[in-house]
Amino acid sequence: MRILRSLISLAVLLGMLVSPADAVQPDEILKDPALEARARKLSQELRCVVCQNQSIDDSNAPLAHDLRVLVRERLSAGDTDAQVLAYVTARYGDFVLLRPPFKSQTLLLWLAPVLLLVGAIVFLARRRKPTAAEAAEPLSPDEQRRLADIVRAGDPPQQGNPPI
Amino acid sequence: MIVEFGHFALLLALAVALVQMVLPALGARTGDANLMRVGEPAALAQLWLLTTAFAALTYAYVTSDFSVENVWANSHTDKPLIYRISGVWGNHEGSMLLWVLILAVFGAAVAIFGANLPWTLRANVLAVQAAIAVAFLVFIVFASNPFTRIPLQPEGRGLNPILQDPALAIHPPLLYAGYVGLSMAFSFAVAALIEGRIDAAWARWVRPWTLAAWIFLTLGIAMGSWWAYYELGWGGWWFWDPVENASFMPWLAATALLHSAVVMEKREALKVWTILLAILAFSLSLIGTFLVRSGVLTSVHAFAVDPRRGVFILMILVVLIGGALALYARRAPYLRQGGLFAPISREGALVLNNVLLTVGCGTVFVGTLYPLALESITGDKISVGPPYFNSTFAPLMVPLLLALPLGPMLAWKRGDVPGALQRLLTAAVLSLLALVVTAALARRGPWLAPFAVALGVWVAAGAVCEWASRIKLFSASVEEALRRAANLPRSAYGGMLAHAGVGVMVIGIAATSAWQSEVVLTMKPGERAEIAGYELTFRDVSPRRGPNYQEQVGLLTVSQGGSAVTELHPSKRTYDAPRQTTSEAGIHAALSGDLYAVLGDEVAGSDGAWVIRLYFNPLVRLIWIGAIIMSLGGLLSLSDRRLRIGAPRRARRRPEAATVPAE
Repeated sequence: MRILRSLISLAVLLGMLVSPADAVQPDEILKDPALEARARKLSQELRCVVCQNQSIDDSNAPLAHDLRVLVRERLSAGDTDAQVLAYVTARYGDFVLLRPPFKSQTLLLWLAPVLLLVGAIVFLARRRKPTAAEAAEPLSPDEQRRLADIVRAGDPPQQGNPPI
Repeated sequence: MIVEFGHFALLLALAVALVQMVLPALGARTGDANLMRVGEPAALAQLWLLTTAFAALTYAYVTSDFSVENVWANSHTDKPLIYRISGVWGNHEGSMLLWVLILAVFGAAVAIFGANLPWTLRANVLAVQAAIAVAFLVFIVFASNPFTRIPLQPEGRGLNPILQDPALAIHPPLLYAGYVGLSMAFSFAVAALIEGRIDAAWARWVRPWTLAAWIFLTLGIAMGSWWAYYELGWGGWWFWDPVENASFMPWLAATALLHSAVVMEKREALKVWTILLAILAFSLSLIGTFLVRSGVLTSVHAFAVDPRRGVFILMILVVLIGGALALYARRAPYLRQGGLFAPISREGALVLNNVLLTVGCGTVFVGTLYPLALESITGDKISVGPPYFNSTFAPLMVPLLLALPLGPMLAWKRGDVPGALQRLLTAAVLSLLALVVTAALARRGPWLAPFAVALGVWVAAGAVCEWASRIKLFSASVEEALRRAANLPRSAYGGMLAHAGVGVMVIGIAATSAWQSEVVLTMKPGERAEIAGYELTFRDVSPRRGPNYQEQVGLLTVSQGGSAVTELHPSKRTYDAPRQTTSEAGIHAALSGDLYAVLGDEVAGSDGAWVIRLYFNPLVRLIWIGAIIMSLGGLLSLSDRRLRIGAPRRARRRPEAATVPAE
């Protein structure tokens, strides 16, 4: 079991899952190219819930096949894209959506880029300001005394390279 | 016997690492030169010991010694020699051994080339390198020992077939060299924090190591992506898979670090930030190792099933990253900053580069770990897939690419945007031209795609414009231009080449994402299909025997405008041990793009009909060509005298100037 797991994690390390691509089958494809194009686009938004990080468009798992057929059935029945996603989500939960919905649990996820951007700008801006003041600050009497001591004692040994 | 020898060498390496972690650091603290001198021989001894251990394990693999559990579990006598060797790191234990071996190579490099470093800095760097080695060696010895013996088995279990591929044989070592190479930046950063002193010489020292690591990472990631492209069989090249992200995050951080180190070296600014980036870049490598090795990616629960390894790596993570960040929080405020600059300047542009790259990196980080965090806190399961990353990461890269050609055209301290734009006029015109032409040619695909192509042209042409402007190609005489071209430092050429590579890659990404075409159909022998102007005829499928697999090879003849072009041989392989199937795509590469065929399943109950998938991926090769150009740029820059790792003669004078604390 341990060996199997390390193999799996290695497979995962290498950024892939063992699946010779047998995703969309010829018999699944809809006659209407516009409808099929929508189906493909929706398939890329839906996760194959039994696979590891694969969309149903990429997966050859039977469940992915069922979901692809389901998406096409709903589209053929006249559903809008949003209705199809809602239909699938009602059955499989948010887990099936590769684009997580915007709600309280995913608030941080979706705001992350903006928060990080503000954070990085503030960090870099804040870091630069005090420098100018700091550099201009004269030494305190205590520091001057220490400096004088150091100059008198010569370079402390750890400052330079001792002779080899 | 040889295996026990390797095992012993491994244990000895741990002992040496412990010594190297403690004594030089102690010496640096007390000013004892003798203690500091322990660092170099210890680092070299570690390299020899770990090379011995690795060689012993390789020997066990080559001779198929199935009394070693690791060999038995991952090898097979039928395997070709190259995969018996690559099998050494094609598993958890062996790959960890490779990890510490590479770490030892970098440590030894400090010992060998570090003669011109201030003694205390070198001692501290070696001590920090050793601390990392200790953590991982303890992990290997106690939780992932590759030398464990078992009763002799008649035959091994075989290597996972997906790893029996030339690209995947060298992908992990490249990636690890990149991951571990960033440990140098980390060790230098921590050593600088311990000393409380940092200056331009420090940046000059850190840059070549980071650059080397960055080259390895770039090539490693590109190699993985190339492999996924031809092996996974649907023409995709990047999937925003957590494991891909685990290697992409350190790359983004390293790219930012390379640029901020330039500012620090040239202008003594951004010191604190550069130190932080150096710590973060390696931390992300460690987190990547943790994510992949602990099993949390498979599921949060997989972590709990066999928590020993996961908890172990988590502890390493907490101690190393936590320790470094704590030290940073304590010491960073005391580091003196220098070099003020206006927002519109070369420094300003590099700050923009850093902001966007790190925010991009942070976004990938949040997206990758959010589902894990949410599940362990609330129990809710969500998925964060490609649609999330495409709609958050991509918009961050647009301003980065827009500003990219401008940055190098701006002067230090205070730049002049209209002037820079003027010198980029040719690039702007070319980019506009690309926009108009692609928009006119593209009859389908997203409306944004021509803009993305134009952006790529802007970046690539911008790099050429930069070169033309730096050598005064049109404003001075030919002799003058040639003289300037010859005198331009290699690091300048390297930077321009790397930037041009980015542009080339962007064009490839845009074209293949927007205009890939696909046909999925059932074909009987003799039937024809058309895609992207090619006409393909399905001939047959025949069985073939490989060294350790059985395969079914399809034959498709390809013609264009009535004349034969090539034959494609997509196949499906079934390996003997373990019994697994892989698919090998048939690919015809042309200037305009790749014709790509995949053999599906035989249709049950039909007379010889097979499912065939055909793709045309326009300009897809530019993605990897771009990555190779970027790496070449990095190499060129690395070969620059000023940056060379040893650079003994000229560097000798520098440390003296450098040891004066920055004012």
